Amino acid sequence: MKASRNAIYGGLLLLPAAILLWTFTFQPILTTIYHSLFSTPRGRRPAVFIGLDHYETMIADPVFWRAVSNNLVYALTTVPLSMGLALAMALLINAKIRGQALVRMAYFTPTVLPMVAIANIWLFFYAPDYGLIDQLLRPFGLSGNNWLGNPETALPALIVITIWKEAGFFMIFYLAALQQISPSLLEAADLEGASPWQRFRRVVFPLLMPTTLFVSINAVIGAFRLVDHVVAMTKGGPDNATTLLLFYIYQVGFSFWDTGYAAALTVVLLAVLMLIALYQFGYADKRIHYR
Amino acid sequence: MPGIEVDRLVKEWSGTRAVDQVSFKTGEAEFVALLGPSGCGKSTTLRLIAGLESANSGRIMIAGKDVTESPASKRNLSMVFQSYALFPHMSVAENIVFGLSIRGVAKADQNKRLAAIAKLLSLSHLLDRKPSQLSGGQQQRVALGRALIAETPVCLLDEPLSNLDAQLRSEMRTEIRSLQRRLGLTMLFVTHDQTEAMSMADRIILMRNGKVEQSGEPHELYERPASTFVARFIGTPPMNVVELTSSFQAAEVGQNAPISSSSPVLMGIRPEDIQFSDSGLRAVVESSEYFGADSVTLCQAGDQKLLVRTPGRPKLEAGAAVHLRWAATSAHYFDAESGLRCDPPRKELRLQQA
Repeated sequence: MKASRNAIYGGLLLLPAAILLWTFTFQPILTTIYHSLFSTPRGRRPAVFIGLDHYETMIADPVFWRAVSNNLVYALTTVPLSMGLALAMALLINAKIRGQALVRMAYFTPTVLPMVAIANIWLFFYAPDYGLIDQLLRPFGLSGNNWLGNPETALPALIVITIWKEAGFFMIFYLAALQQISPSLLEAADLEGASPWQRFRRVVFPLLMPTTLFVSINAVIGAFRLVDHVVAMTKGGPDNATTLLLFYIYQVGFSFWDTGYAAALTVVLLAVLMLIALYQFGYADKRIHYR
Repeated sequence: MPGIEVDRLVKEWSGTRAVDQVSFKTGEAEFVALLGPSGCGKSTTLRLIAGLESANSGRIMIAGKDVTESPASKRNLSMVFQSYALFPHMSVAENIVFGLSIRGVAKADQNKRLAAIAKLLSLSHLLDRKPSQLSGGQQQRVALGRALIAETPVCLLDEPLSNLDAQLRSEMRTEIRSLQRRLGLTMLFVTHDQTEAMSMADRIILMRNGKVEQSGEPHELYERPASTFVARFIGTPPMNVVELTSSFQAAEVGQNAPISSSSPVLMGIRPEDIQFSDSGLRAVVESSEYFGADSVTLCQAGDQKLLVRTPGRPKLEAGAAVHLRWAATSAHYFDAESGLRCDPPRKELRLQQA
């Protein structure tokens, strides 16, 4: 009697969150999977079931593969670099330096800015001839670069922006974790004769692993999710050099209005992100948490 | 000579002196307790010796070498932290050999020493566990192991037993003491628990407000406290320290300790030195506490309270009128203003009591 009552209360308490999650997360996912199996309705032609046709198209689609490889490059560079930078900044701030609060704020500022605003700032930095970078390079006779217009440099240019924006955000997590480490652990390491590097390598870094895992998962998901700057700066060009997976989905869905194919692409992106999440909760989590 | 020598050590934090002109010396293989209430500067003194804080002035010598300016790792000492400071991501074995591997000791040598230490502390079956999988007492032993494996002549312990329950604490007390004897280590042990200090230490350094209040063997502190602070701090229940007022003096016992000087005198008497008798100081029983082997009775004499310790169960009801006596030799006298020990003012009169 009492147990069933508790179950009712529990269920009612969970209901609001469950309804929201279902309506805005799970239902759309299922709908997307469903639509990915149908053709795109056009004019008087309604959608018809076409099975895995979209997925076959995808395998043959060079732009899709370009987007995948771009995104891999993008993730494999932005994630480790921004995390490394974040850790370095956190260590610097955590050491007792003067003007700590100021430095912390300065490092955090890029995170606070909206991506579109950042894109505008960097459009100026990257502008050929009169842009900041070209002006700095002029004395060396290296000006006249169209950083965003050149297929060779467009993606790296976006990668730099992402690192610049994300590092400050990740730094906050590292800083919080560093401040959690008991000072007596560091004193014990000092007493045993550990050098600063050994202390970092053998004590601090392993204790930061849960944070590193958490940040890396977020960073990887971010690398597949953050495309505002692509829209604002390059629109995927030149020659698809900066087309990332999510931007391609946006293009297919809302520029080409091929909603069926866009749904199929979305399913693939979701599958990738889900695999990453599974890796976190199923495997890495168990290996890294010490308590 | 292995041992610690501290000379006029001073540590200040923004104007307040945590450690104020502290000087002491420990002998070889001596077990010394640094005792005092919280905030007396005992832990800071230990951290100064360990090199975890730097002193404002004064010298620190370890094994005859001046280490005042040396970093912690070069002081040839080991330390057990109050929180144990075990590395949570390392196994017990990795924790214990951490220092050895940092110093580049050969793997074979590491394993040999680990095996010996693990056997000594009965940790052999726990070597693969993580600290979080151990009980408090086991964690304590791992921390000890990490300190002992370094084989340094000096070992510092910062309240190592404070996180253990009473039963385990008394076990570890004996264990640490016997280890110290067997290995011939100089141990400096910080504690706020006077029972711990009394039962374990060869010598006690009692601190108060950053200064050394009294230093000596446990029986010296107990039998000849240098001040009312020491008298009240050492011993459970603490020594009775009463004002020698005229009403006290008029009573039978009081007249044997007359006040000769102009400044008032305090008298101290251990609860176990007082007996109930047919004559003596008039008092009324207020309450009693039973501890098994003995009981402590609180008596009101005039406007002052006295604790009396008697063997066995309490025999007196609250409200009973009693008389208290004690041997004149067991009374201690302190200057009321400074709190310092002073000689009984008139010796010829004290003879009557004995």
